[in-house]
Amino acid sequence: MSGVRVLVGTRKGAFVLTSDGKRGGWEIAGPHFGGWEMYHLKASPADPNRLYAAQSTGWFGQLIQRSNDGGKTWEPVGNKFVYDGEPGTHLWYDGTPRPWEFKRVWHLEPSLADPDTIYAGVEDAALFRSTDAGQTWEELSGLRRHETGPNWAPGAGGMCLHTIIQDPVDADRMFVAISAAGAFRTDDAGKTWRPVNRGLRSEQIPNPTAEVGHCVHRLAMHPSRPKTLFMQKHWDVMRTDDGGESWREVSGNLPSDFGFPIDVHAHEPETIYVVPIKSDSEHYPPDGKLRVYRSRTGGDEWEPLTKGLPQSDVYLNVLRDAMAVDSLDPCGIYFGTSGGQVYASADAGDSWAPIARNLPAVLSVEVQTLK
Amino acid sequence: MIRVVLPTHLRKLAQVGGEVQLEVPGRATQRSVLDALEAAYPVLRGTLRDQVTLQRRPFIRFFASEQDLSNELPDAQLPDAVARGAEPLLVVGAMAGG
Repeated sequence: MSGVRVLVGTRKGAFVLTSDGKRGGWEIAGPHFGGWEMYHLKASPADPNRLYAAQSTGWFGQLIQRSNDGGKTWEPVGNKFVYDGEPGTHLWYDGTPRPWEFKRVWHLEPSLADPDTIYAGVEDAALFRSTDAGQTWEELSGLRRHETGPNWAPGAGGMCLHTIIQDPVDADRMFVAISAAGAFRTDDAGKTWRPVNRGLRSEQIPNPTAEVGHCVHRLAMHPSRPKTLFMQKHWDVMRTDDGGESWREVSGNLPSDFGFPIDVHAHEPETIYVVPIKSDSEHYPPDGKLRVYRSRTGGDEWEPLTKGLPQSDVYLNVLRDAMAVDSLDPCGIYFGTSGGQVYASADAGDSWAPIARNLPAVLSVEVQTLK
Repeated sequence: MIRVVLPTHLRKLAQVGGEVQLEVPGRATQRSVLDALEAAYPVLRGTLRDQVTLQRRPFIRFFASEQDLSNELPDAQLPDAVARGAEPLLVVGAMAGG
């Protein structure tokens, strides 16, 4: 019997939502780590019972939790994130140099093949790796030491490395995205990196087409097409079909091309989803309507998905890590809101229903399809 | 025996009930008490002070004998009542919203 497990990180704890393959009824377990900010939880693709969670508060700092039983029980593992060598400086909001300082883990990305290997994207932007199931962490410092590093500056939410995508075919290739530096790619398993931002245009920086400085909000890839990536940028929805060498805008008829998450249908690599947000200062949907937009053409042509979603007086946000898909047929789509709702569609977005209504503000949503 | 009272979240994390009692070798200072605390409960490493610089986290406060000891030097002697175990060292999460 197949099933689905939805891992929800919120401002005040983590929740695990489970359902059978029909996805009609849901059980909610939690809060785990009540009172803590749970920026992200994610399961190992190689072992569905192995989960990792990033737990933090402003008072007590960062912890990493690991579960070996699908989220029923947890144990704290290593939380020592130390930058490699002399950290150096990046730019602060006012343009002055500021030393790199670890603040928190934004995103955890378990290896596609090894449940004991996991990557962590952190603020101030850097990539760490553990090969012992989270007990110890080492920085892959070739990224932060890129020659442009001293010129990276934070976005409004901090200078965070929030997206990590492993190439399912080429084990040495990986993409990351940093607000507000842009997208980067390694082709040697993380030793060296280069910006892959050609084609991006950001009017908020002095040179709109600069090599770095773009506020990339999210990247998404379908595993069957590792050279095609989709991007929700601060403004603009973009795609590349050559592994990031060049990007083109595919915002098309979206009511706003500002937003945070973007994701790809599990079985249709040209079907993608975004949640348009009104603007960079008005972090809620246009017209007070909560609408997911779907493109079946890999961008450019978009349709609003509204059935089951509130269509009046909605002033919520959906954050960059708060959308995910399952791999059942039809594909399930899930997203969480700043108002504590988690919505799910069991028919690829045609219709929606809340599967949790009153959680704390949702920071992240991940989905496991259980066989 | 030094007595330490942790904030609720850290009591849960360390899986302790009320006070923590610690054998602290040598002088009773913030540093020696925190060293002993982290040795007894490794999960607390990084939650009270930075793991590299050992600086107190900004929203962590240390109170005892109705005094705020947070800004005392790490190697300053703790009050005699704490050193004798007559009073606990209170570790407090600062009132900072949340």
